[in-house]
Amino acid sequence: MPAAAANIVRLDGVEKHFGAVRALAKVDFSVDAGECVGLVGHNGAGKSTLMHVLAGTLTPDRGQIIIGGEPRQGYAVEMAQKLGIRCVFQELSLCPNLTVAENARVLHPTITGWGWRRRASRLIRGKLDEMFPGHGIVPDALVGELSIGKRQMVEVARAFTVTKAPLHLVILDEPTSSLDSHTAGQLLSYVRRVVATGVSCILISHLLREILDYSDRIVVMRDGAAVAAGRASEFDRDGLVTAMGGAAAGTVRPEERAAGLRRTTPVRVRARPATQKDGRELVAHEGEIIGLAGLAGHGQTELLIRIFSGASRRIPGVEVTARVALIAGDRQSDGIFPLWSIAENIGVRSIAALRKGLLISPELEKRLAERWQKRIRIRTPDLRNNILSLSGGNQQKALFARALGSEAKLVLMDDPMRGVDIGTKLEVYDLIRAEADGGRTFLWYTSEADELKNCDHVYVFRSGRIIADLHRNELSEERVIQSSFEEVT
Amino acid sequence: MSSVSASSAARVPLNRFRVPRRFLRAALPGLSLALVILGIGELNPRAVSYFGLNLMLNLGIPVALATIAQMFVITVNDLDLSIGTFVSFVGCVAATWLRDAPLLGVAVLLGGIGVYALLGAVIYLRNVPSIVVTLGMFFVWQGLAILILPKPGGKAPVWLHALMNFRTPYVPFPIVAALVIALVVHAGLMRSSYGAILRGSGGNPSAIGRAGWSLLKIKVTMFALAGVFGVLSGLALIGLTTSADANIGKGYTLLSIAGVILGGGEFVGGRTSPIGAVIGALTLTLAGSLLNFMRISPDWQVGAQGAILIIVLAARAVINQTGGRAS
Repeated sequence: MPAAAANIVRLDGVEKHFGAVRALAKVDFSVDAGECVGLVGHNGAGKSTLMHVLAGTLTPDRGQIIIGGEPRQGYAVEMAQKLGIRCVFQELSLCPNLTVAENARVLHPTITGWGWRRRASRLIRGKLDEMFPGHGIVPDALVGELSIGKRQMVEVARAFTVTKAPLHLVILDEPTSSLDSHTAGQLLSYVRRVVATGVSCILISHLLREILDYSDRIVVMRDGAAVAAGRASEFDRDGLVTAMGGAAAGTVRPEERAAGLRRTTPVRVRARPATQKDGRELVAHEGEIIGLAGLAGHGQTELLIRIFSGASRRIPGVEVTARVALIAGDRQSDGIFPLWSIAENIGVRSIAALRKGLLISPELEKRLAERWQKRIRIRTPDLRNNILSLSGGNQQKALFARALGSEAKLVLMDDPMRGVDIGTKLEVYDLIRAEADGGRTFLWYTSEADELKNCDHVYVFRSGRIIADLHRNELSEERVIQSSFEEVT
Repeated sequence: MSSVSASSAARVPLNRFRVPRRFLRAALPGLSLALVILGIGELNPRAVSYFGLNLMLNLGIPVALATIAQMFVITVNDLDLSIGTFVSFVGCVAATWLRDAPLLGVAVLLGGIGVYALLGAVIYLRNVPSIVVTLGMFFVWQGLAILILPKPGGKAPVWLHALMNFRTPYVPFPIVAALVIALVVHAGLMRSSYGAILRGSGGNPSAIGRAGWSLLKIKVTMFALAGVFGVLSGLALIGLTTSADANIGKGYTLLSIAGVILGGGEFVGGRTSPIGAVIGALTLTLAGSLLNFMRISPDWQVGAQGAILIIVLAARAVINQTGGRAS
């Protein structure tokens, strides 16, 4: 790469949409040779999307990708590999049925022919020895047999191995999430050593300390845009948190009751996450909207499912005293029945009430669906149409109608607003509030900080545990971010 | 009921396997084969001889080849329901055209392999479930077999008959053949550098794709290999029986799947073993003889074979569980 002296990569005005959702809005981003760029932002800020664009696994809708000083057309994974851009994705990308050495070979087409296994073993063992002295990983071990932490070590080490293709940039997306602090330290100091040799790194981490201590430059993303950038020395923890979206928060509705006070209505749910070590538990009273917050995938969905199961059988640490309905977050795989009509999709949770003798009464089913079509405004000419004829937002409304049309007094929501347009959201927020006032209880896991403002009380999750519970008065985006990025020892 | 999200279960990290468990699992297929042979030896000591084993294991060779074909498909997380009727089809071609018009016969067999490769491409590109595609092909192959040979008959080419009735010194031919099949496939799939990529695409296809490998090429390769071994299985079968029948290989679909699983393979995740698959196929073949010696009527034999499968799988589940508890 002759022109690599300054920018290794530059993204100019990159945009990416997923349906109605704007994941990246005209992002400009660049990495210089021999620097480590820290990338921070809350859930859905667009970090992962941006990295997928860089790694060639996503094609942007608009904008230019300039690598080694040249604009690249038809940029995709193979080209990224050839140009020396590697990515350690958040979800593990090793093959569990292959050995450590075989996984190393997957990344290097040139390791082939006689003795390839020996060469691959030597390559990966050398890198592991260099990065994690005393790692205790045998190249012949099956990856599926390794602990999650060791798998992450193998994956990170593999990204730094070099054969024929050059290595210019390694993207590390949450590389330390499964590592203990000692190993994480080994990894990060290796990053500094390798950066000193001219290789660049992008470091994404929810541990702000790592970002502040180990990067040269920090870029903060929010709502799909890069909102702040500067030398790492110009930032501190609080500055980062503010830039990530804490500043505008703190709007507390004046009509609220005094802080710390919970409703005096009967308790509907008491639940403790399976991995909770202290006595903290989630409590929900009748008529409350309870928010579950924190970074995505930190145990919120698991707790919702525990509570859901706890309603039908005994589960230690979970106490549920109401009928439950669950609104799934991933509506395509867990929510809708794609071959059924809209009315059938709405009625399926209420079959007991729709029965006439042994059969389902189409009349009752239709009436239920029509009632909810009016209340929740599902836009369709005919409820007998297939559910897939609806737009995504309206499909989600049908799922809300399914839950709210049932007799369930407790409604669990697993980030149900993903990919829903803002108009639908506002309608549903009002509906939830009205239903709560009518005595229903809502447990609402959301990855959007704005939605927490609709909640009476919020529990913040971290690593499968509740680490903070905030009353609405104490609630601000800043508090939630502060808690979810808190360093847990 | 309401819609329960299954996502949490999917996020649970993969089982942590312990080393002793891995060896126990690998030893299980061999152990079951040894048990079946011991059983036969107990009931009829004369059966475990050069001549007896030759007789009992003869038909194990085509089963082993079909099992290897199935194993290639299962390695990339698909299933081939059509292998049985494909073997019948190959058998009918071998007993007619291959003998009378060798050029035509060879062309038709190569065409069959080409169709398999095409199936792989269709399954990958259109993202259709392999079960649906191969179920359709099940009837296509069967129909073609009946067209070629409406009633049982035909005759195997002389060279094929001679090959399958070859007498090796000291060790029965079927055992030599099984060893050769197992070792050749083992070398190709388990030891070669591209074999690792092929297997990896069963374990984590997106990881292989992200590393720049063509998943289409992998799928086509694996299905074409299944076609090759399906052809070999049909030829071996006709070499033994000397004449064909449009239904001759029908039972091979389930036998081959059972053989792969008995040999330590898993339906998903790319965890298969060629050596295990061959052992599994031989175990299933010998199980028939064992049941004969036990004077169990043929009406019950299919059920008894199923019982053997369930027992071995139960043993595997126990091994997996105890290993899990130790970690």
